Amino acid sequence: MTVTRAAPTQPLRQVGDRALQSLGLLALLLALATLFALLADVFVDGWDRLSWGFLTGYPSRRAENAGILPALVGSVYVIGLTALIAVPLGIAAAVHLEEYARESRVSRIIEINIANLAGVPSIIYGLLGLGLFVRTMGMGRSVLAGAATLGLLVLPVVILSTREALRAVPKSLREGSYALGATKWQTTWHQVLPSAFPGILTGLILALSRAIGETAPLITIGALTYVPFVPDGVWSPFTVLPIQIFNWVSRPQAAFARNAAAGIIVLLLLLLAMNALAVFLRDRYQKRAA
Amino acid sequence: MSTDIRMAPLSDIVRPSDRGSGPAPTKIAVKGLDFHYGSKRALENISVDIPANLVTAFIGPSGCGKSTFLRTLNRMNDIIPGTRVKGQVLIDGHDIYRPGTDVVALRRRVGMVFQKSNPFPKSIFENVAYGLRVNGLARNRAHLQARVEESLKAAAIWDEVKDRLHESALALSGGQQQRLCIARALAIEPEILLMDEPASALDPIATQRIEELIYHLKATYTIVIVTHNMQQAARVSDQTAFFWLGRLVEFGPTDKIFTNPAEKLTEDYVTGRFG
Repeated sequence: MTVTRAAPTQPLRQVGDRALQSLGLLALLLALATLFALLADVFVDGWDRLSWGFLTGYPSRRAENAGILPALVGSVYVIGLTALIAVPLGIAAAVHLEEYARESRVSRIIEINIANLAGVPSIIYGLLGLGLFVRTMGMGRSVLAGAATLGLLVLPVVILSTREALRAVPKSLREGSYALGATKWQTTWHQVLPSAFPGILTGLILALSRAIGETAPLITIGALTYVPFVPDGVWSPFTVLPIQIFNWVSRPQAAFARNAAAGIIVLLLLLLAMNALAVFLRDRYQKRAA
Repeated sequence: MSTDIRMAPLSDIVRPSDRGSGPAPTKIAVKGLDFHYGSKRALENISVDIPANLVTAFIGPSGCGKSTFLRTLNRMNDIIPGTRVKGQVLIDGHDIYRPGTDVVALRRRVGMVFQKSNPFPKSIFENVAYGLRVNGLARNRAHLQARVEESLKAAAIWDEVKDRLHESALALSGGQQQRLCIARALAIEPEILLMDEPASALDPIATQRIEELIYHLKATYTIVIVTHNMQQAARVSDQTAFFWLGRLVEFGPTDKIFTNPAEKLTEDYVTGRFG
């Protein structure tokens, strides 16, 4: 009796199951199609413009002579410095919060605020950077001021993702180390951080990928839109790829629009290269650990 | 099941070992130990004298506090937030819970092997060398290698791993991993070895190898083993303590606990009537 009554509901459940599956697939296809359309558009517009001359050239009033070198070097420079600032600070903060800080009201307030900071619009960081680094600390419109601003911007993301990676390290590993008479620091340094490293690296790449596409905070602190030279130090004025692209997009001439498309391709390739490096490092590290 | 358990006075329960030659000296003396996880009391007024160079087994049903008690002996519970300890644990007469105790030094003297083998994701060699390195016990490369080899031999795993010392420890079988963890614990030459159900995840053959190992190790170490396998307790231990609901019900020579226990509750448990 129970069986016969249950039978008619079975197909219904399966229909629901299949419907949800199709819906999920549809959502995925929609997202991929949009992305593909954007990429195709950019490649159609910009592919012809890509050349060695474009990569090594300086900005010009004539679209066909304009190159992207100062912005490319500026981006690499700024992101490198951003990583130098945000990575040690972020990992150290996460280690403190996860391994050392005791459960208390203060630590909970700090945690909530870090999570909130990760969601603050980037232009706010630009204003902070303008007030703090450019004016108060007198860094001027320099590579260093830009990197410090982006460093602050990605710091909460680095902290959050590092904590997540540290939390995923099994308790048994820590206990095994403590049981052998290792100190907290030895346990953290020799066991916990190496085990968490692949996860930390993934978080870092996500954070830096966000930073490399940022335009608003850098415009706020006064990164230039026309820079006919490669930055020669941390105090040098600079521009970055997104600002150069933004500059070209806002010109009325069609030739500049093609430059912008080519610039976007360069930015995408830089991003892909960063991700590839992260995957490579992670695989190498996991192989060594296993 | 009745919760009204008549507790015998401790002096009636605790007797020196009747195995070996003469009463063994006490290595660990526990006096009136209470343990809390937050507001939940896990151990209540435990007092016991654990003899040196013998194997002492803790038995009892799941959740009876035997593992918790084992972990109070090297202060492993310290790393769990919200735990509280009252009472004394004297090792060679020194209270390990006295303020100012060096917990790191304590854990060097009181080694531990866990229920689930937990080798570090490093090479076999590095697993054993780790304790020596972090404690600064290796004088030089040759000394380190000698100590690693000695420890692997003492844990009866040397022959199986000597040709692949620099391969990952995670590639070993479960039984081998557990013996590696024992080797790792032996490398820093502790005085006491705590084992938390060391064979519960192993097959009978691997279990037998661990038990043989325990038998050989007790010449050098004071061993405390938690087990939920009563046959195992009967096979490997000289003294047995039976825990129930956070209390120590009975403690005495293993043959007496298993053949002629003083407490009805102990008898019910060892004969398999509950638990």
